[in-house]
Amino acid sequence: MATNKSQHISQQFETELQDIRSRVLAMAGLVEKQVADALEALITGNVDLARQVIEQDTQVNDLEMQIDEECTQIIALRQPTASDLRLIIAILKTITDLERIGDEANSIAQKAINLSEQDRPKKSYRELSTLGTHVCTMLRDALDAFARFDVESALKVAREDKNVDEEYEGILRQMITYMMEDPRTISRVLDLMWSARSLERIGDHAKNVCEYVIYLVEGKDVRHLSVENMEKVLQGKS
Amino acid sequence: MEAANQPAASVARAINIESIHRGDKVNLADEKICLEVKDFDLYYGDKQALHGINMTIPKNRVTAFIGPSGCGKSTLLRCFNRMNDLIDSVRVDGEMLLDGVDLNTASVNVADLRRQVGMVFQKPNPFPKSIYENVAYGLRLQGVNDRLTLDKVVEKSLKGAALWDEVKDRLHESAMGMSGGQQQRLVIARAIAIEPEVLLLDEPASALDPLSTLKIEELIYELKDKYTIVIVTHNMQQAARVSDYTAFMYMGELIEFGATDELFTNPTKKQTEDYITGRYG
Repeated sequence: MATNKSQHISQQFETELQDIRSRVLAMAGLVEKQVADALEALITGNVDLARQVIEQDTQVNDLEMQIDEECTQIIALRQPTASDLRLIIAILKTITDLERIGDEANSIAQKAINLSEQDRPKKSYRELSTLGTHVCTMLRDALDAFARFDVESALKVAREDKNVDEEYEGILRQMITYMMEDPRTISRVLDLMWSARSLERIGDHAKNVCEYVIYLVEGKDVRHLSVENMEKVLQGKS
Repeated sequence: MEAANQPAASVARAINIESIHRGDKVNLADEKICLEVKDFDLYYGDKQALHGINMTIPKNRVTAFIGPSGCGKSTLLRCFNRMNDLIDSVRVDGEMLLDGVDLNTASVNVADLRRQVGMVFQKPNPFPKSIYENVAYGLRLQGVNDRLTLDKVVEKSLKGAALWDEVKDRLHESAMGMSGGQQQRLVIARAIAIEPEVLLLDEPASALDPLSTLKIEELIYELKDKYTIVIVTHNMQQAARVSDYTAFMYMGELIEFGATDELFTNPTKKQTEDYITGRYG
């Protein structure tokens, strides 16, 4: 059963659900910007931008708590069922992942500040920039899928996660080579490695959001499944 | 000493996860059938109230009927013990089988059928008699007058209806002096005294306060080991809490019937979805 387009008899409930959805989208927008800014700060060595990202984290945290509170209210007062219930559950889970994405962006921004004082050899940043752009696209598509309740795009993002993982492993191998070639670079390269790791984690969180979208729209739990099995589960829909 | 040095994980491992009860998943295909309805129509005069109902009610489970007023859920419930016979203009078509026997055939004795299929209504309707006599009434009708047998059945039934402890010291006082919740449980005790196979509950808790309602719900949960229970309720949360299976009816048709946890989280029909989430159809 896809999500419902018709209106609730209780106009107030309708308003509450609308409100909570727009808050989630606002939080998503904020987090998306955090990631993009953190990446730019990392690549360009822009310390001011990195500081902005870190400051914004409190906003994201506040939104997480507000949305949590609103969901609790709705569960206690409205006892949502069916698609309404799935929406609330999906939102509760999504905001946890969004908040973690914010934390990862925060951590990338920290590394950007550390790295700004070091040598900036172009070749170490090129790969990272590619990975970062890839992850940003993935995140944007995941959030779009959430905003539009779009199962097809959610699946597309889930498929993309494997490519991100491969890119990440490529970067790891490359960084290990740098460290072996010149041990003086170890502390710098480690910071880059942690940043790469954060980006890869953001990809994982984006994939999680997509799984919640599928749960929300189709009522099917596709977590911990390979993409092939996800597709099978969805094709078997009634 | 040794245990204190062990990491917490070993404590977790000592708990057998399998032993934690998680509520069994139910599956209609694996159930024993109690009642079976096939292409069942019902007319009040010219007006058709039930349209081609097909369903099976599983044995020793709680099945809830939900739907807006006038959707036919009470009408259908009343067919299971032929209460609709009391209305002259009613005509039925199709089959309704209890343990494989069509209960609308001429050979079925309606009094026997109602002994097998007990019913409890929205408003508690105790007889203006003592608590004891209310429960013993059905047996007395069957000609049982042996004091010992009656005592035993009354106690067992009141215990079964979770009422014994509250009334054991005043069995011979009038039932009319009990609270609404107690009266409703008394009526359930009266219904189970004659050991029916099926219990039909028509809005059994809608006239009760929330605590009495919870007691009735708890009772329903305990009774399903022994009886097949069919309940009509306007309270959707109640249907969700007490039933294993839920049937959603609308305008005299059975729209969707399935495991309660599925129906309330992921209904397959839009009409069901609209109704349980409180939307315009």
